[in-house]
Amino acid sequence: MSAAAPRIEAEPKLEQSVHAALVSCERPPRPSALANSLTFGWRGMLKIKHVPEQLLDVTVTPVLFLLMFTYLFGGAVAGSTDEYLQFILPGVLVQSVLFTAVYSGVALNTDITKGVVDRFRSLPTWRPSPLVGAVVGDSARYLIAATIVTALGFIMGFEAGGGAGGVLVAVAVVVAFTFGLSWVFTTVGLIMRSPTAVLNTGFMLLFPLVFLSNIFVEPSTLPGWLESFVDVNPISHLVTAVRGLMDGSVGAGDVPLVLGEAAVLTAVFAPLTVRLYRRAG
Amino acid sequence: MNASAPLAIEATGLRKTFGSTRAVDGVDLAVPNGAVYGVLGPNGAGKTTTIKMLATLLVPDGGSARVLGHDVVTEADAVRGLVSLTGQLASVDEDLTGRENLIMMARLLGYARRPAKERADELLDAFGIADAGGRQVKHYSGGMRRRLDIAASIVVTPRLMFLDEPTTGLDPRSRNQVWEIIRALIGEGTTVLLCTQYLDEADQLADRIAVIDHGRVIAEGTPSQLKASVGQGALHVRLLDPEQRPAAELVLSRTLDALVHLESDPAALSVAAADAERASEAVAALFEEGIEVGNFSLGQPTLDEVFLALTGQPAPTEEVAA
Repeated sequence: MSAAAPRIEAEPKLEQSVHAALVSCERPPRPSALANSLTFGWRGMLKIKHVPEQLLDVTVTPVLFLLMFTYLFGGAVAGSTDEYLQFILPGVLVQSVLFTAVYSGVALNTDITKGVVDRFRSLPTWRPSPLVGAVVGDSARYLIAATIVTALGFIMGFEAGGGAGGVLVAVAVVVAFTFGLSWVFTTVGLIMRSPTAVLNTGFMLLFPLVFLSNIFVEPSTLPGWLESFVDVNPISHLVTAVRGLMDGSVGAGDVPLVLGEAAVLTAVFAPLTVRLYRRAG
Repeated sequence: MNASAPLAIEATGLRKTFGSTRAVDGVDLAVPNGAVYGVLGPNGAGKTTTIKMLATLLVPDGGSARVLGHDVVTEADAVRGLVSLTGQLASVDEDLTGRENLIMMARLLGYARRPAKERADELLDAFGIADAGGRQVKHYSGGMRRRLDIAASIVVTPRLMFLDEPTTGLDPRSRNQVWEIIRALIGEGTTVLLCTQYLDEADQLADRIAVIDHGRVIAEGTPSQLKASVGQGALHVRLLDPEQRPAAELVLSRTLDALVHLESDPAALSVAAADAERASEAVAALFEEGIEVGNFSLGQPTLDEVFLALTGQPAPTEEVAA
């Protein structure tokens, strides 16, 4: 190292312009918790815009699943591909949106490892607002995934007995349940050390729950011990409700059960996430 | 600014333990208002952990600290309203553009939609990154990213700013730019707590310096006091012909009357030199003896030398940052 670090005299501008920028600003009043959360939600939207690949991951797989299961196994499982499509579309809708939720945890973990969380936590904002905003912003991603799967289903010849209204309510129920479930993955996101670990753990948690459900087959065709697991699996409850809403045969208790489960997930894992978040970093 | 105000930072006996590691082990700090206060130390000394406790990101295990008159634990929210933090990692969102990052910060701090955009553009301009404002931050150079990071910290002017190793990993030109920005901040009366592992950076910017090692403050004072405790630095000489090093060693030790250090480079050697005059005499003596000198320099004491002088041990460099 030489005796004195070189000063670049040709650029005195920076010091002055920064000085001017400092002088010209005045502190606005503190925004509300809701306004903070919405700003973080907006950040989530921008991420979808700038990193559409994350959407690709979670939409290509369900699209492939839908095509493959319908045309490959449809005849064998349900007698005809048309009939199987009627059965499997609501299930694949649920599956695709649920897997999207894992990315809520991945995104949170990425923020921590990159140091962005430190900045957020040093701000005079409502502390859980980055979490609430992210989960709200993620709902937009769920909607996009749901739209893609549903649109493909209609192109393939799906007939919604429940009408457009039934389909819309079904999507809303899926998004509501996933909102609850996403708190599980944000918790995972705060425990794990790297985004990849979050992704793997999330998928490992989700895979058995998705496959040991009524998404792909009628539980009545399963051995008794497996059937009893499938029957208590909340994902089965969600699929039953969505199926009922889409074909117009929804049972009176189906939707409240799913919303209740979503509420329980939120009540347990949202506070846990907030607690862990306070200590993260 | 209010000269009679209490200290900007007043910490006593701050402690933080991670598992069995005592990251911060009883740090006392008294930082006056309106000054740049340097916290100097090697990686793993506890600088970042100290900053995180003062910026309310970590709760101390022991001791207490008041920042601008507010307790960092019981009045954390009040502290957050007055300070800003530029972390060691450039804590901006890489997926977003520079402009979006600044708009987000402005919105979080209470700017309405349109003023937030205006403030973002104003800052991009001021920091010389207006052209890159629409690009994703992941495509920025290290210097641009750091400037954006600091811009994000001054969307509203903080009373106290924490800067954690703001120039680590930057090229000299970017480093100069960051230094200019810091000088501008001081001009506006903001107190700056600057963590660094570079002595010359603390020397250039700080009014007072605390040297920290193994989670403790081992020396505190003005840069000149600190340097006086170390000596004036060293004359570094690099010969054209390594064969002549033994001869050069004799000449240098004779003219400067000090122990000559043989560097790992077989053509290089260094020796403590009291001042520039004596150093130049020593170099002249080398030429007189027919020893061919490739280059020479009179260096400031390095952080290593500071540590050597203060602790009798070289600065630990391989420890993981806490």
